[in-house]
Amino acid sequence: MNSNLLKQNIAFGIFRALSLMVAGVLLWILGFIIYQGIGVISWEFLTTAPSGGMTSGGILPAIVGTLYLIAGSSIVAFPLGILSAIYTSEYAGNGHIVKFIRIMTNNLAGIPSIVFGLFGMSLFVNTLGFGDSILAGSLTLGMLALPLVIRTTEEALKAIPDTFRTGSLALGASKLQTIHRIILPMAFPNIITGLILSIGRISGETAPILFTVAAYFLPQLPHSIYDQVMALPYHLYVIAVSGTDLEATRPMAYGTALVLIVIVLVINVSASALRKKLQKYHA
Amino acid sequence: MLETRNIDFYYGSFHALKNIAMEMEDHTVTAFIGPSGCGKSTFLRLFNRMNDLIPNTRLTGECLIDGEDIYHKSVDVTNLRKRVGMVFQKPNPFPKSIFENVAYGLRVAGISDSRFVAARVEESLKGAALWDEVKDKLKKSAFELSGGQQQRLCIARALAISPSVILMDEPASALDPISTSKIEDLIHILKKDYTIVIVTHNMQQAARVSDKTGFFMLGELVEYNDTKKIFLSPEKEETQNYITGRFG
Ligand SMILES: Nc1ncnc2c1ncn2[C@@H]1O[C@H](COP(=O)(O)OP(=O)(O)OP(=O)(O)O)[C@@H](O)[C@H]1O
Ligand SMILES: [Mg+2]
Repeated sequence: MNSNLLKQNIAFGIFRALSLMVAGVLLWILGFIIYQGIGVISWEFLTTAPSGGMTSGGILPAIVGTLYLIAGSSIVAFPLGILSAIYTSEYAGNGHIVKFIRIMTNNLAGIPSIVFGLFGMSLFVNTLGFGDSILAGSLTLGMLALPLVIRTTEEALKAIPDTFRTGSLALGASKLQTIHRIILPMAFPNIITGLILSIGRISGETAPILFTVAAYFLPQLPHSIYDQVMALPYHLYVIAVSGTDLEATRPMAYGTALVLIVIVLVINVSASALRKKLQKYHA
Repeated sequence: MLETRNIDFYYGSFHALKNIAMEMEDHTVTAFIGPSGCGKSTFLRLFNRMNDLIPNTRLTGECLIDGEDIYHKSVDVTNLRKRVGMVFQKPNPFPKSIFENVAYGLRVAGISDSRFVAARVEESLKGAALWDEVKDKLKKSAFELSGGQQQRLCIARALAISPSVILMDEPASALDPISTSKIEDLIHILKKDYTIVIVTHNMQQAARVSDKTGFFMLGELVEYNDTKKIFLSPEKEETQNYITGRFG
């Protein structure tokens, strides 16, 4: 074996070991959560409200709350993010406005989530008078997800070669028709990947919902978007650090974490299935 | 008839086309030849205004189709492009079925009568000499076709919107010899109904398919004449050098 080949093999051997390590760590975390949490998962745990000062009962209100917040913030962030990405990458060229928008979105992405929470409280809860509510929480989480949605959508659009745009325009299609009929369907699988990432982000955030929607303990389910809800990440935090009997509720915390992971996973898998379906005509 | 008068074209400060005047008769095939970077594609793209898409460009002079200035304010560019079809160097079918690729131009024109669309698709595929090869798999993805078939699909796609002019920018340069000769045969047939302008780097191809040939160099139209004349007894020495391969 010549020395170049040897070096290469050693290098790739190290890379492989490192990437296996990363996968191993992920598996370890997942395994640990499952191992610790699976014991408390029961029909009752999933379908009843917490009881006994949150040392017993289930987590239904938190599951429902998190699902509402995922849906609400998706409604806020997806259309807005996708549309503005279409504007900046397909329409606006490379002028000052686009540069400005891009700098702002990048900066938005760097703002710590607790700051979003504070801002959301000031704007949505107080100034606009929505109170602590699903509405205020969704708007706040939506803003948090916006840069991610915009960035990944832009990248998805940029990945489509210009030959498809010119091909469509040369047939007398307008720019809007080209985007609607050719570019978006082609970019959609990658856009969906971005949306999945942002759902992952949204569903796990505690700080932005802390001052805008999350209830410490609220056994009844919400009736409208002006109601407060419990949410899985915050509930997890509560029973992990500030419950009445931390040792006793530890397994419940892991159970809650497990449910959160499973929700994100289910959304992931169904989005991937959708992605596959949409990719039908791609080589 | 295509006609240009004193065309000058700039990419930023780069002077890409210099004072070009040219006339192309209906139902003829005109070939553009010349060394790489001399402006053939740029000139070709003037006629369907695809250069409009490139930022920082400037055009002066007149570009007329059937006497109408296609750069006049009142011209709807999407309508112009329905009259002037284009086939690109690399086949670029859409990620849709074979049928939908050909129907695309009709669909974006707002035509929804499905019988009409189906008839037009068949007619166009026949016109592009592709029908027999694809008639049993119209619903299959266009990406399942070979490169040569894809290029003929792109020609069919252009025919479907009934243009009067077809621009072809090196339509066979990415294809094998058999596919190339199919495209050339096709050009002969299409000439009856369309005015065709083709850019090519292949001298034999220009000689085979075209009635007239324009030789470009460094943004100038050096010589423009009957193809026979250009290849047998060119007037300019540069043309002679280029077609005999002593240059470019
Ligand atoms: N989008 C662009 N921006 C700036 N300059 C360009 C652009 N497109 C072409 N040019 C320049 O204009 C000149 C003519 O280009 P064009 O593509 O028309 O040449 P061509 O004759 O088609 O060449 P080829 O045979 O290689 O296709 C070249 O010097 C090229 O560098
Ligand atoms: Mg070219």
